[in-house]
Amino acid sequence: MHIMEGYLPPLHAVAWTVTAAPFVVAGVRRIQRVAEDHPETKLLLATSGAFAFVLSALKIPSVTGSCSHPTGVGLGAVLFGPNVMAVLGTIVLLFQALLLAHGGLTTLGANAFSMAVVGPWVAFGVWRMASGMGRSLAVFLAAALGNLATYCTTSVQLALAFPDPATGIGGALVKFLSIFAITQIPLAVVEGLLTVVVVNLLMQYSRDELSTLSFAPRTASRAKVVGAE
Amino acid sequence: MRSRNGMLLLLAAAITILPLLVVGNAEFSGSDGQARDVIDGGGYEPWFEPLWEPPSGEIESLLFSLQAALGAGLLGYYIGLRKGRREEKGRAERSRGERAELHAGD
Repeated sequence: MHIMEGYLPPLHAVAWTVTAAPFVVAGVRRIQRVAEDHPETKLLLATSGAFAFVLSALKIPSVTGSCSHPTGVGLGAVLFGPNVMAVLGTIVLLFQALLLAHGGLTTLGANAFSMAVVGPWVAFGVWRMASGMGRSLAVFLAAALGNLATYCTTSVQLALAFPDPATGIGGALVKFLSIFAITQIPLAVVEGLLTVVVVNLLMQYSRDELSTLSFAPRTASRAKVVGAE
Repeated sequence: MRSRNGMLLLLAAAITILPLLVVGNAEFSGSDGQARDVIDGGGYEPWFEPLWEPPSGEIESLLFSLQAALGAGLLGYYIGLRKGRREEKGRAERSRGERAELHAGD
């Protein structure tokens, strides 16, 4: 989903930067609020960013015979809400743009919009809608669909910038989707599975923090202890 | 729970390895690069160059590993810290329970 440096016309580059910026600003505010209201969850917030750091470094082979990478933004989106990931995802993209020549500064806005805005919002929306289906399935669907949505957004961004001379934006969209979306399906499944594993570990060891974030109900054992006192 | 996570990780590994076995003769180039090639094919000239590029594939893989290591390091630290604290709390509660039992015997 990384649009390479200089590969969006200046007008598009500016437009996507302007579109993504308010989400990053809202994310900074949200992170400040989380740090003030629930300082005990700060390390978990950093860990959500760390998860995106690892996953977006892993180039994974796909059945299409090409490689792509997961994004890891679904975890933080379901735990802390989508806006925090606008900030953490943008930090990941900045690291890759500056040190790896992967993505770029002129395309940072567009890449942030797909990976750090659309991905987390789709993950969050799916999580909200699917939470009745059980925690694991909802987390899986949230992370997997958030990942797919990111790559579909990239395809739309490229189709808008580079319409096909014969078939227009629609034809270009099909072309870019055929590169990104199909390759991404098995990777989305992998990202969904890994996110469920991390959430399982958190449910086991960080139940208190998840309750603070109203991700999980208070534990039964704790309620019993409180009741006995 | 532990065996369930093991199964999920195995499944993720299987999905990752499968393409190497099924379409083993493919190039496995990056989809980002393929999109760039399509754009290049249309005669587009990028108007901005990266400020800095890793001088070789080795340096690039070094930085990618660094990125993964930083993320995995913090993730592991966090889970380990919480697991340790939880076990400590469990031990403290058990020993309190034992003391209470002793007193009950008095």
